[in-house]
Amino acid sequence: MSIEEAERELVGEFELFDDWMAKYEYIIDLGKDVPLIDEKYKDEAHTIKGCQSKVWLHSEVKDGFIYYTADSDAMITKGLVAMVVRVLSGHTPEQILSADMNFINKIGLHEHLSPTRSNGLMSMIKQIKLDALAYSAIKR
Amino acid sequence: MDTMVKDKAITKELDVENIRNEFPILSVTVHGKPLVYFDNAASSQKPLFVIKAISTYYETVNSNVHRGVHHLSSLATDQFETARKTIATHLNANPDEIIYTRGTTEAINLVAFSYGEVFIKEGDEIIISQMEHHSNIVPWQMLCQRKKAVLKYIPITDSGELKMDEYKKLLSAKTKLVAVTHVSNSLGTINPVEEIIALAHAKNVPVLLDGAQAVPHIKVDVKKLDVDFYCFSGHKVYGPTGIGILFGKTKWLKEMVPYQGGGEMIKEVKLEASTYQEPPLRFEAGTPNIEGSIVLATAIDYMNNLGIDAIAKHEHKLLDYATEKLRAIEGLKIVGQAKYKAPVVAFNIEGLHPYDIGVILDQLGIAVRTGHHCTQPIMDLYCIPGTVRTSFSFYNTIAEIDTLVEGVKKAIKMLKK
Repeated sequence: MSIEEAERELVGEFELFDDWMAKYEYIIDLGKDVPLIDEKYKDEAHTIKGCQSKVWLHSEVKDGFIYYTADSDAMITKGLVAMVVRVLSGHTPEQILSADMNFINKIGLHEHLSPTRSNGLMSMIKQIKLDALAYSAIKR
Repeated sequence: MDTMVKDKAITKELDVENIRNEFPILSVTVHGKPLVYFDNAASSQKPLFVIKAISTYYETVNSNVHRGVHHLSSLATDQFETARKTIATHLNANPDEIIYTRGTTEAINLVAFSYGEVFIKEGDEIIISQMEHHSNIVPWQMLCQRKKAVLKYIPITDSGELKMDEYKKLLSAKTKLVAVTHVSNSLGTINPVEEIIALAHAKNVPVLLDGAQAVPHIKVDVKKLDVDFYCFSGHKVYGPTGIGILFGKTKWLKEMVPYQGGGEMIKEVKLEASTYQEPPLRFEAGTPNIEGSIVLATAIDYMNNLGIDAIAKHEHKLLDYATEKLRAIEGLKIVGQAKYKAPVVAFNIEGLHPYDIGVILDQLGIAVRTGHHCTQPIMDLYCIPGTVRTSFSFYNTIAEIDTLVEGVKKAIKMLKK
């Protein structure tokens, strides 16, 4: 499945909910399915610091595709992280670099990307892009 | 604090429903729900009386102060200096002891620089506490770094009170300043400032109080307190942002070097060197926040019109009610359980992150603050990532607290499913 297809699938799942509670409950549920980061990686180097909630992210390349494992200490943040991981994991650095992440807006969660939310999501996306850039440079 | 509890029987009751009508923002909806604004410790909302004063200034007064010979300039200067008198009267200070700043943060930085340059030398000690806002920590850390001085912290108890015995032990011949908060922004604790000042003065040590969280709730009398420096912010007392006040005793201000150089603060400028104005103008370089200064006095008039005692009485009722109702929620722990508190209830729920609670409350139209509230040392001490902080004002109601309690219960249900 391409990044675009994964985005469309996720946006479609959220279209089933007409109230915010169901939507947030689903985000929390998605968090439970995130490929969890190995406890040994929960160190300073893998921590993405938001002001409020912490995000841990690990990436590795297998056969040219990047795979992510992650976690967060806040459940809603963890759900948002899970969505990003689900969409981007298993793609090439180039595909990841060109992803516009617009699905977050389409689901109506753009406010979670604002820096004042300080939940680490924006920093996480930035980190993912930087890692992808580094991997693509290594490849070249 | 005695003002919070005294004379409950004779203090007038506020007409909260009518007061709410004076605050246009209180009738907005958030995510389709009526706004419940419980983030007053971060910033207060503004009444029409204040909002209109801002446009009146620009419509009828706007001009620079202390310079022009023309009518508007003298009108602006007159209102600017009258505002200084109003603020001085409110604190029971002399107008010459009132310095306009951008806010509490700048007021503290001003003292850290201007007092620090003259009075702090290598090996001297400055005492602050573990419950300070970052703005009453970092300026002192910077000063101590600059002067090779030592910063000492008064520890706090599990309930969020200063350990006064430890404070007594910290005071020594090396102490050159004590800077503590009057009221804690993240715990709500009202500190025993009279005792703190008396103990410091017994050793000839001046005291700065951070009054940002006190002036909205408590009658502050700088003469009665005998405090050396006192500061607060306009936007927390129903006035505009970008304006704050530093009170300083004349005996200190006269000895202190200017904070910034520029227009307004000079007596004479020669190419070789310049001479400076007497305080307070010495500390007000550049065109000041004229509108902010004038409207801050308007906001203080508004508060005084309601009556600080009446405000305190209503807010205390909200504090007691919220404390009782929130405490009854299973797994909820109030962070900051001092005997004397301003209307702040910060809490955590076992097993849940404050951020998650805050996001869900926001969806319900309830504005709270989550996080460390710029007091990271407190969070480190209590080993928590932060708290959910609710802070009340005189325009809040018991019904709003009921909405909050229902919201918290809903959040727990969603998050613990």
